[in-house]
Amino acid sequence: MRLSCTVNGEKREVENVWEGESLLYVLRERMGLYGSKNACEQGECGSCSVYLDGTLVCSCLVLAGQAEGCEILTVEGLAEDERLHPVQEAFVEAGAVQCGFCTPGFVVATHDLLQRNITPSEAEIREALAGNLCRCTGYEKILDAVRLAAERMAAS
Amino acid sequence: MEFLQPATWREALEAKSAHHEAVPIFGGTDVMVEMNFDRRRPGYVLDLTRVPEIQVWERENGKFRVGAGVTYTRIITDLKNELPALAMASRTVGSPQIRNRGTVGGNLGTSSPAGDALPPLYASDAEVELASVEGIRRVPVGEFVTGPKRNVLRREELIWGFIIPEAEGPQQYAKIGTRNAMVIAVCSFGLALHPARRKVGTCIGSAAPTPVRAKEAEEFIEGVLAEGDLWETRGAISEAALRRFGEMVEMSARPISDVRGTAEYRRRAVGVLARRTLSWAWAEYRDGR
Ligand SMILES: Cc1cc2nc3c(=O)[nH]c(=O)nc-3n(C[C@H](O)[C@H](O)[C@H](O)COP(=O)(O)OP(=O)(O)OC[C@H]3O[C@@H](n4cnc5c(N)ncnc54)[C@H](O)[C@@H]3O)c2cc1C
Ligand code: FES
Ligand code: FES
Repeated sequence: MRLSCTVNGEKREVENVWEGESLLYVLRERMGLYGSKNACEQGECGSCSVYLDGTLVCSCLVLAGQAEGCEILTVEGLAEDERLHPVQEAFVEAGAVQCGFCTPGFVVATHDLLQRNITPSEAEIREALAGNLCRCTGYEKILDAVRLAAERMAAS
Repeated sequence: MEFLQPATWREALEAKSAHHEAVPIFGGTDVMVEMNFDRRRPGYVLDLTRVPEIQVWERENGKFRVGAGVTYTRIITDLKNELPALAMASRTVGSPQIRNRGTVGGNLGTSSPAGDALPPLYASDAEVELASVEGIRRVPVGEFVTGPKRNVLRREELIWGFIIPEAEGPQQYAKIGTRNAMVIAVCSFGLALHPARRKVGTCIGSAAPTPVRAKEAEEFIEGVLAEGDLWETRGAISEAALRRFGEMVEMSARPISDVRGTAEYRRRAVGVLARRTLSWAWAEYRDGR
């Protein structure tokens, strides 16, 4: 089937999409957007997190056709031109990235949290990131990055 | 595989009537896991996310009609005061990403004994509304679920929503798992006080082939409350009665041992949850909430 949607502000149309594939597959294999990662394909790790019409979702659990006509924002769409988003900058500066596989998902989930709540408590941060797994960092640096991003975004 | 995407409820029912084998999908948090792992390869998938009629809830004569497509996130934000146990249970589901997509309709469709939305529905005597092109029928939730992942939904039917009375007293939901998020319940317990009717509703989750009400325990505690005139006086429930309540809940459980826990642990744990949730709910009641 054919799928049309808006991805990171750009209208996209792809042909020959198999009805049973996920939005994650479409983004990576048909659109060449490799930012969203494929790790578990069962909603457990959050590395495929994207916005679907403004809502944070696991793209591996969205059936391709369910995205028809929708607006999708992926990690690739967060930076403005050459300038990283404050959340991305904070992850770099805080050392929240080791192998980097989980990073796109954490960045998108953090972006979603800070959009809703710019002064999150410790518990709120942990709750918001409960659906994202990291095998490298032990999470402390990720939490530092979220706090740093929140501080900077609140100040600006 | 064919992808069907009706734009109205009527069209959805017609599509299901024309293709009995079509697998409905809403949040996809159960269906997609099965498809991604090739455990399911349906001939037709029926996407319900474009059907506006099932994505709303409304209040009618002290009851709520909640559409099958209302997500956990919306239940938590919209109905936390009106349906506290269901909102509490919704908060324990998966992660933000899962709650943003997953629905009670899908939880009913899956009919897992561990489904977190189910015990609050049982404890408040909710009814499930099943629809086909022929019309709508209402089934008490306890008759809807018939076994592990089995229910009375007919091939030509879709779940339209559920009807649940607005909370008339304190409610609780508690769940045991290995961490605070992203866990399937080892076991769980839902409880609702119905002061106007002098009733206590309960339900055990994940410790029997289906969610089950602890009827004997309900009758026991209703007796204790009536005898001591506790509904009127808002007096304390004795430690002994709380303990006995927990023991009676344990007796209603029919747990199995699996990777998440042993039968013995589950039985013990539901008793503890029952005692705790009752004491929390009763404390709220005593405070006049
Ligand atoms: C990472 C992860 C964590 C999870 N954590 C939990 C948890 O903590 N607690 C819990 O209870 N569950 C959990 N689940 C399971 C799942 O999220 C829930 O069962 C959820 O309620 C399913 O809703 P959905 O809208 O996504 O359903 P879908 O996957 O779209 O559908 C589920 C089933 O219901 C059927 N169905 C859906 N809508 C209808 C309808 N209107 N009419 C007829 N049939 C219908 C489908 O055909 C399918 O059989 C988790 C899942 C994942 C992937
Ligand atoms: S790949 Fe989607 S949650 Fe892991
Ligand atoms: S940095 Fe390697 S998984 Fe998180």
